[in-house]
Amino acid sequence: MEITMRNIAKSPWLIHYDGSSCNGCDIEVLACLTPVYDVERFGIINTGNPMHADIFLITGGINSQNESVVKQIYDQMPEPKVVVAVGACACTGGVFRDCYNIKGGADTVIPVDIYVPGCAARPESIIDGVVKAVGLFQKKYEDRENAKKNKSEVEA
Amino acid sequence: MVLFIVIAPFLGGLLHGIDRKITARMQGRKGPSVLQAFYDVIKLFEKQMLYVDKMQNLLLLSYLFFIIFTGALFFAGVDMLLCFFALSTAEMFFILAATVTHSPFTYIGSQRELMQMMAYEPMILLTAVGFYQATGSFKAIDIIQESSSPIILMPGFFIGFVFILAIKFRKSPFDISTSHHAHQELVKGVTTEMTGTRYAWVEIAEWYEEVFLLAIVALFIINSHMWSWFLAAAVIVLVYFLEILIDNTCARVKWDLMLKSTWIVSLVAGGLNLLILEIIN
Repeated sequence: MEITMRNIAKSPWLIHYDGSSCNGCDIEVLACLTPVYDVERFGIINTGNPMHADIFLITGGINSQNESVVKQIYDQMPEPKVVVAVGACACTGGVFRDCYNIKGGADTVIPVDIYVPGCAARPESIIDGVVKAVGLFQKKYEDRENAKKNKSEVEA
Repeated sequence: MVLFIVIAPFLGGLLHGIDRKITARMQGRKGPSVLQAFYDVIKLFEKQMLYVDKMQNLLLLSYLFFIIFTGALFFAGVDMLLCFFALSTAEMFFILAATVTHSPFTYIGSQRELMQMMAYEPMILLTAVGFYQATGSFKAIDIIQESSSPIILMPGFFIGFVFILAIKFRKSPFDISTSHHAHQELVKGVTTEMTGTRYAWVEIAEWYEEVFLLAIVALFIINSHMWSWFLAAAVIVLVYFLEILIDNTCARVKWDLMLKSTWIVSLVAGGLNLLILEIIN
């Protein structure tokens, strides 16, 4: 049975969550939406709603207060989904990693797919990370469809 | 009618794409492809379905069905009043689909959606009454056979109708229940809990609705002469551009200002026009 893969990479919707960021990365994320960088030309929308989002952009480290929030946003996103950690803090905890209230990077609570380094991460590198995430988003979808196909073949 | 059911979603989706392109250009950006609305819906159909209430499925399908039904009735030449009642029924299904989820965001969103209905519903009914007073019929088929355009007798109704289109198209300043743009303070308001395929249905229903409403705009212009059809097309383009311009130049308002301003415009433009028509007749 041949299955047709749809191109879903043309419509990646984002949700951006600020963990315990210093706002440096957040400003750069929002800068991507401005006329200079204009990520909407890739069909990207900053939805702000986890239930409509495909890509989760997280900035800042994880502390005990936002841990449950990050988990909940991740759980509310329908599959396929991709997580992008933006900036040094979201990647590893950054300069705050030894603080008593910081758990570390975003990968201490949810699986992170793409790491975007920088302090603050430049809009160019954020866009680069998001474009990688878009590719992975399509791949995750295709893997899911192939798995479905294989399962139905095994059952047959 | 069949033509409407088949072609309307493509037209509507394309309109959405053009809308986003023009909006981007107005803001000095390049903007997405004009086919973006279709890419979005294709993507939504492939997403996992997350929901808290199975009932939402049936309610959203009913919403889509009644929106298509509304347009189909209109293009089949059935009484315009019936179309508007079917449209309100569709809206009720949409609000019910939002409220079954018990999310605080959709709850406030649906409250605001009801406020919006309260704001635009008088003008919609006035428009139907206006067409009857001006042409002696509620049916689109009879109205387009008049020798002169209805707009000559009902300019006030036209102004009022274009005003409420901003609410129906979810344009700023009146996009208080949910917004096409990502600056909604209520997450996504009334559509927050609709995921995947279900949200795709909402998008498709919106396309149908837009085509139906723009057809009403055309009805103001079209008469028995051939040239009026071209004029109607030009007016539709102009009205749609005006809505995009309003969207890009106005900040969102609170519900009470929306209700007051819409009712004042409905009453002054629509009401006065109705009064004058009564006197002429």
